Amino acid sequence: MSQLPLTELEVVYDALAEAINQVGTEQESLFLTKLVLLLANQVGNQAQVEQAIHTALLDLQ
Amino acid sequence: MYIPDNTPRHSVYYDYQIYPFRTPPELNGEAKRYPVVIVGAGPIGLVTALELASYGTPVVVISAEVQVSHGSRAIVFTRRSMEILQQVGIAERMLEKAYPWRSGNSIYRGQRVFRLEAPYDEDDRFQPLNNLQQQYVEQYLVEQAQQNPLIELRWGSKVIGVTSLLDHAEVQIDTPEGEYSLSCDWLIAADGAKSTIRQELGLRMEGASYSGRFVIADIKIDIPWPTERLAYFDPDWNRGNTILMHRQPEGIWRLDYQLPPNETPEQALAPESLHTRIQAQLDMVGISAPWELDWCSVYSARAMTLPDYVHERIIFTGDAAHMLPIFGVRGANTGFQDAQNLAWKLAMLLKGVGTPELLATYSSERVIAAREIIAEASKSTRFMTPPDRGYRLLRDAVLSLSLTQAFVRPLFHWRTSRPHDYHETPLNALNDDNGQFTAGSAQGMPLQNIRLAANDYLFDHLGAAFHLLYFTNQTVPESLLQQVAELEQQGIPLKILTIGKGQALADSDGHFAKRYDAQTGTAYLIRPDQHVCARWKNLTAEQLKAAIYRALGQGAK
Ligand SMILES: Cc1cc2nc3c(=O)[nH]c(=O)nc-3n(C[C@H](O)[C@H](O)[C@H](O)COP(=O)(O)OP(=O)(O)OC[C@H]3O[C@@H](n4cnc5c(N)ncnc54)[C@H](O)[C@@H]3O)c2cc1C
Repeated sequence: MSQLPLTELEVVYDALAEAINQVGTEQESLFLTKLVLLLANQVGNQAQVEQAIHTALLDLQ
Repeated sequence: MYIPDNTPRHSVYYDYQIYPFRTPPELNGEAKRYPVVIVGAGPIGLVTALELASYGTPVVVISAEVQVSHGSRAIVFTRRSMEILQQVGIAERMLEKAYPWRSGNSIYRGQRVFRLEAPYDEDDRFQPLNNLQQQYVEQYLVEQAQQNPLIELRWGSKVIGVTSLLDHAEVQIDTPEGEYSLSCDWLIAADGAKSTIRQELGLRMEGASYSGRFVIADIKIDIPWPTERLAYFDPDWNRGNTILMHRQPEGIWRLDYQLPPNETPEQALAPESLHTRIQAQLDMVGISAPWELDWCSVYSARAMTLPDYVHERIIFTGDAAHMLPIFGVRGANTGFQDAQNLAWKLAMLLKGVGTPELLATYSSERVIAAREIIAEASKSTRFMTPPDRGYRLLRDAVLSLSLTQAFVRPLFHWRTSRPHDYHETPLNALNDDNGQFTAGSAQGMPLQNIRLAANDYLFDHLGAAFHLLYFTNQTVPESLLQQVAELEQQGIPLKILTIGKGQALADSDGHFAKRYDAQTGTAYLIRPDQHVCARWKNLTAEQLKAAIYRALGQGAK
């Protein structure tokens, strides 16, 4: 699996934060769901996406 | 004392006819045992009756009502249903009135985000989908049944109790002239979604009910659009919900729309509410023509089935056996396949050539089919009426993406009812050449129709029997003809149809053989319900005998 270099990860970090601020709380979930679907389509691998969903479910508290 | 409603129902386009109650012999003190009694004169009970009669089995059909369906209800009939209805003799009449179609459109924010054409094969007689109101279908079935001396219709007779015994069943019936009871070898419960018989036996269905409720409204209106399925997602006037529009004969359009979660059916069907919403939908799609309401009802999506359709001498079929969401046109279309599957098996059992194991496969084959349909229909239902926050978010994300992203659009696929493939049934032959074919219907699949000439198709030549499709450019081997004759003498209905140059079905251009991957000696054995149960590259008499016995549930006899 390819990984983002730190500098790029930092850019994505900021871009995502700003986009979440921009859409506002009401549309936040919709926006994030769309984003996941777009990225899932780009990953093109069901198991990898399921693994990511599983990982994101960890340690939410 | 039960008094049915004898007032013809109101409709702006359909004239309801009353089929009056008549005193049955039992109320004159005559009692006899009937081989088969069917409770329910809906589409499924009537098709079961006509199918059984086609094998020579006499039937009594009992209905609490004295007229056909209230409102249009099932309006979309699939190609497979038309093929079944052709066998019972009403397809031609239906086509005089029905609107054939094949395209479905999904619309979001005024943009058509998905369009799907149901596949149409040049060899098919019928179009993938055909719109006609259920009243007409029932009326044609009733008239067909009335002409059949083996079918006795008893209207205005309400079943109020059943007793299931090991070798027969008893039914208690209430009528305008009092109660009586009937004894029968087999009782078929085709008494609909609220089945009295299912409740009397205390049987539970498995599956899910969805919270989404829909208003169904039929209006008479002049809209100059072709017959296509129209699904409007999240429209401005009914945010978050889905609206369907379907064209029907007689200038009628069906509108289905979801109710807001906290509204009762009474509120939703109140005239002002109906009027405002229907008008809002028409305004949205730019139609200003005047309209008039014909019929309306509230429908909730359920996806449930009994886990077993045969209980001693009582057999369930149609909505009495399963309740399916209307998205994807499942209810009646699934029921016809039940009826056709059940009829030949019960008829063979009554003739003494089928076994109880054969009848048991009615349940196993159709329960698997229902479960498959439920899984598919549940996907459509979750998309059309998301049951909870998670599914709603995903659906809304897909709607939003669909405006620009092609990859999500196939998720709008509306998964129309399709015939089940009985590839796992114990009725299929064990050692045939099924795996060696490169074309043609495999074991368990419904037969592929073939266009033989203008207005002449393979299915036109099939009747209430097993059929052996035998491909040859010479003569059929004597040993095979003898075997067919021997099986027929045992009371097994079996017809041989030869295909090839100079044969019963002249395949002059070789098209038939090509579609079936056939050479001289190739044969397909077709069950009476038109599903393939065996196919061979070079059939011998012994193989035919073994396959027929197996298809009758007699194992390798
Ligand atoms: C409001 C509504 C809308 C629908 N819309 C669609 C649709 O758009 N598309 C679709 O595919 N399907 C639709 N359906 C479902 C479709 O109508 C059914 O799947 C179909 O009618 C099933 O046929 P059936 O013969 O099994 O049962 P039914 O048609 O319900 O027939 C039941 C029969 O049993 C009789 N009966 C019931 N109880 C007794 C008793 N105690 N004694 C004697 N007789 C009895 C009745 O009189 C009737 O003759 C709709 C159903 C409803 C209710």
